[in-house]
This record gives sequence, structure tokens and C-alpha cells, in this order.
Amino acid sequence: MAGKTLYEKIWEDHVVTAPNEEPTLLYIDLHLVHEVTSPQAFDGLRLNGRRVRRPDLTLATADHNVPTDPLSVPVMDPISKRQLEVLDENCAEFGITVFPRGHENQGIVHIIGPELGVTQPGMTIVCGDSHTSTHGAFGALAFGIGTSEVEHVLATQTLPQQRAKTMSVTVEGTPPAGVSAKDIVLGIVGRLGTGGGAGYVIEYRGEAIERLSMEGRMTVCNMSIEAGARAGLVAVDETTIDYLRGRPGVPEGDAFDEAAARWRSFVSDDDAVFDAEVTLDAAALVPFITWGTNPAQVVALSGVVPSPEGVEDADERNTITRALEYMDLTPGTPLRSIPIDVVFIGSCTNARIEDLRAAAEVARGASVKAGVRALVVPGSRRVKNQAEAEGLDRVFIAAGFEWREPGCSMCLGMNPDILTPGQRCASTSNRNFEGRQGRGGRTHLVSPVVAAASAIMGRFASPEEVNA
Amino acid sequence: MKPVRVLEGRAVPLERSDVDTDQIIPSDWLKRVERTGFGRGLFSEWRDDTTFVLNQPQYVGASILVAGPRFGTGSSREHAVWALMDYGFEAVIAPSFGDIFRNNSSKQGLVIVQLALEDVEGLMAAVKEDPSRLLVIDVERLSVEVPETGWRRTFVLDPMTQERLLEGWDDIGISLRREDEIARYEVTSRAHPLTDVFDASGHARHP
Repeated sequence: MAGKTLYEKIWEDHVVTAPNEEPTLLYIDLHLVHEVTSPQAFDGLRLNGRRVRRPDLTLATADHNVPTDPLSVPVMDPISKRQLEVLDENCAEFGITVFPRGHENQGIVHIIGPELGVTQPGMTIVCGDSHTSTHGAFGALAFGIGTSEVEHVLATQTLPQQRAKTMSVTVEGTPPAGVSAKDIVLGIVGRLGTGGGAGYVIEYRGEAIERLSMEGRMTVCNMSIEAGARAGLVAVDETTIDYLRGRPGVPEGDAFDEAAARWRSFVSDDDAVFDAEVTLDAAALVPFITWGTNPAQVVALSGVVPSPEGVEDADERNTITRALEYMDLTPGTPLRSIPIDVVFIGSCTNARIEDLRAAAEVARGASVKAGVRALVVPGSRRVKNQAEAEGLDRVFIAAGFEWREPGCSMCLGMNPDILTPGQRCASTSNRNFEGRQGRGGRTHLVSPVVAAASAIMGRFASPEEVNA
Repeated sequence: MKPVRVLEGRAVPLERSDVDTDQIIPSDWLKRVERTGFGRGLFSEWRDDTTFVLNQPQYVGASILVAGPRFGTGSSREHAVWALMDYGFEAVIAPSFGDIFRNNSSKQGLVIVQLALEDVEGLMAAVKEDPSRLLVIDVERLSVEVPETGWRRTFVLDPMTQERLLEGWDDIGISLRREDEIARYEVTSRAHPLTDVFDASGHARHP
């Protein structure tokens, strides 16, 4: 009999019951909650007189619409203010730990779980947010759910689930210098397309993935959903264990060694069989940028805007034409000649300390181009404090970047950080959908170093150009 | 949830692929704490354009949306389903769907009909030819029909989703019947309580 994949091991560990002809009831070890997808779920509980089964396995934070202004500035938007208050009220009523705006542990939900050490290998983790796949970097099965499912998990600590198919995405070899985790995942999404991972849980493997830091692995797993997969996984290794050691949610001393020994089992067996296998050659990866309105519309930063001409499939041709029109781009234009208005360094994809360090290295001693607005939004208060302890805030501020308070910010434009119609943005976030960062805004997804370089050059640029 | 057996209504052809949930309901609508009233936000950025298909008089009152491949990809926001249903849609027909959107739809009773690309294109053409044509979606027999032309196709739903639609069952109620089994699982569960990690104010006990 073939061995088991990592996904199958976690799945089997969490089966509460698997009745005939009904979906498996899967136990959830950690439920992360934020203000946007939870109010209607809590309301549903109240309407039906239901309680939260395990408030002690539930953790809430304010992230999606917190302003990133200094904390002394109140929340101006009354609807956002109300939603943030409702989260606090619901958590108080149902006994859930919550990190409101200004709290020492507050931040983007997918940044704080790992940094607090509550995200651990072998767990099942859900959140009413599609980027929950981020936590898969720890060898945890983590996926996004809708509000009805949030209510379901609150009430039962379980979810009825159908088993997914498994896909291995192997990135062989080592990427060239200058290729970051973001470029790896943009390359993967470009290869799979927006629907290529639908129905699958992806396990990222291969030397290029093994060599990544935990921050880099989180960036890769984060964008699994951009290829249509609800979850992404990376096997546990010493990089995982070293990252977890000493974090608040992780046991200490002998208990840590015991936990680590168990965590090391969360890898796919050598003879495990995947339902689909995809292989990429790391040596062929380059710094990437999206040119269109879905995250699979990716080209090399050194390349040109593609043309719909010669594309055989009519549907695909229309999609390209529509995207070019929305993005106001002409086929054949070199990406590096396109001027930008805004730079956003932030989001659950790229707002961890390593991302800020990399961007700060590019910004050090340089100046943001006149007319460009450049924001740096740390992923959490802990990231912000760490960055300030390292002096990164001073590097950014000296270069003309705005250094802001933590939150989701311009990734999805629910707070006041939005693009105005027609503005073009180099963004380290995960989605370049029409209007995602503000109505009429044009988003190009890039890595933190490319975002920083673009801020300085006033056009899409690679870091080498900054010092040239 | 209301039981859904047979849906009969007119359709709107939305000839776009990759209609993500950010397009279905833009994020400024996500700040609401209520569950109703999202219909006004449906495709709100596209509806400013008077030529957009939903603004065309012949499609007003249609209850079935026919769209291109990969409908409902992207963000997990269930608000997308609430917006479609609040607007008056009871079913979406497309060649493929985002996984989370498909799940969310089944929880609310929005019927998801996946057909082959050429069938969806054929259906769009039939609707454009005569927007007053009625479509019939039968959840029991898993079929879509245009009675006027005799066109008929079948589709697939997983048995649980189909039963839930037909009976109007609430998922939570179904799972709570398994409470004993959940409690039994918890005896050996390794999930560790966050109360050991954080105090009542959310400060880490071991920073």
C-alpha cells in the first residue's frame, strides 16, 4: 500500500466521524476570527440560542478595516468603527480572546497566528478569509471559509468536509539571485492559472521550497488560493521547528522536544502518491510582475505587456483584451518603462519582518521619486516593533516612505488607504482584481524588493537599477 | 434555509470569465454587520455602466445568472452569495466555479449548476436570442431545461448538497446531532487551549 501524503495524515487525525454518504465531520483545532466575516455568524448564534463550543480554540483580531493612521487618530468611517466595536462586543459576550486596534498582539490574522506560535504543525486551522492557506507553511491544514461556516465552527468546532485531491508542486533546484518567494509563487500561479488548483490541496516541495525561510514559505502558501487551491502545505523540517521555538503559544523545555518530535512526522511519506504532479525548474524563474487583472496574468519584470493577437482561444483573447483596457496598457510596452503613482508594501503576503528588511535594504539611502506615494504597512504590531528596534522605520522614513500602523490596509481597500481611479500601484499584496485597491485603481503584484525599487525609480524597476 | 425543488425563471447572460467575488460585491460593502441589503452592491462597479447587462431592460427580473468560466474565484466573502440572492438570483450556471464560493452557495440555497463550456455558450446564445425564454432548473432530477426549445442538460451535485437544498436543512443542526461524537473526539484531541497562552486581556503569558 502506498504511503500517505501530509494532507492525508492531518485529515485522518481530525476525523470526528465519517458517516456513509455524508461529508466527513472534521475537527478544527484553531479558529481565527476577524471583524468582516464574523458579525453575521455571531448573530446567527444568538438567533438560534447557540453558544460558542470552544472559545478557548478561537482567537480574534481586528485587521481588515483598521485605519493605519497613528493610534491617536480615531476611526473616522462610522461603518468601519461600528464593525470593529461589534467584534469586541461579540468576543466579550462569547468569551473569545480578541486583539483590538492598538493591542500589542494585533495584526493581520495570518501574520499573528504564526508569530504568536499558535499556528503549529499538524493542526487544522480555519478563518473566514481565503488567505488562511498561509498557515500551511507550517505543515498545518489551513483554509478559508465563508460566514455560514464560521458560524458552524463557532457552534460545533467542526466542519463537514469532502476530502480534497492532492497536488504536488515541486520547484526543483535553486532560483537565480534576486528571485524571492513572491516570484516563486507568481511563477507557480502563472503556470497553474487561476483555476488550476481548484479542488486540490497543494503541497509545495523541492529544493527551492526547502531553502526558503518560514516567511518565504508563508508567502508561497498564502497565494495558493490565487491558483484556485483552498490550501497549500509545506512539510515540517528543522526550519519550521527553529521558527517555532520560544514563541508564546509553543511549549518550553522537555515539552517542546516532545512536541517537535511529533511535528517532524508531518511530512509526506516517500512513497505517497499525489493525484496530480507539477514540476517547475527554479533556474528558469525570474522576478515577476502581474500585468493584468487576475494573478495568473504574470510576465517577467524584464518583459513586455503581452498581446491578445495570436491567442487561439476566443475566451482567453477577450480576457486579455478586457484586462489591457482596464489596466490602460498597450501590448509590447516594456514593463520597466511604465510609470507608477503608488507603492504598497504590506499585506498577509509580504508584510513580515523579512519582507520589510529586504525592502529597507533597497530603500536605504535612496529617495522615493517625486509624485509617488509609498506606504509601508507592517503586518502586525510585533512586526512593527521589531522593525523599529532594527531601525527599519528610520530607513523608510528617510527615503520618503510612509511608515504606518499594522493592518490589511491597501491590499483590499476597506480602510482609508485606497487608490483613486486610474492610479497605478506596485503592490506586494496578492490580488490585482479590478477595483481591489480602490475603484478604478490598477494593481501590479510584485515582490517587496521590486516594490521598493519601483518607489525610488517612479516606474517598475528591479533593485539593481536603484544603485546603477 | 428554504427548501429548493424546481426553479423557473428568465436568465441573464454575463459573458465574462474569472468573475471574482471582488467584482460580485466590492469590499466597501463588507463593512456592514447585517445580513440583508447586499443586492444593491451586486456588481456595483459594473452597474455604473448603463450598457452593463444587468441594466438592460429585457433582463430585469431574471432569476438565473449564466456566466463564463471560473465564476466566484478569489476572496471567501459569503457576501457575494448574499448579494446575488438579495438581488433576486436563485441559481448560477457556469462552466466552473471557485471552490469557496461553491461551498458558500450551498449553505444559503443558491443553486450552482456546472455545465460544459459549449452548453453554457449555447444557453447564453439562446437567452440572447430571446431574453423572455424561461429556464427550468430541477434540483431533484438535476436537470436544466429550456422548455420552449426542448434543450435539456443534466448536472451534478454532491448528494449531501442536493439533499440539503431539497430539504432546506441547516448544516449546524445536522452537525449538532453528532455532539456526542464531537465530545468523544475532544477527549483525545491535541488542540491546546489558548487560555494557557493568553491572559484575559490577551497578553501572552510567556512573551
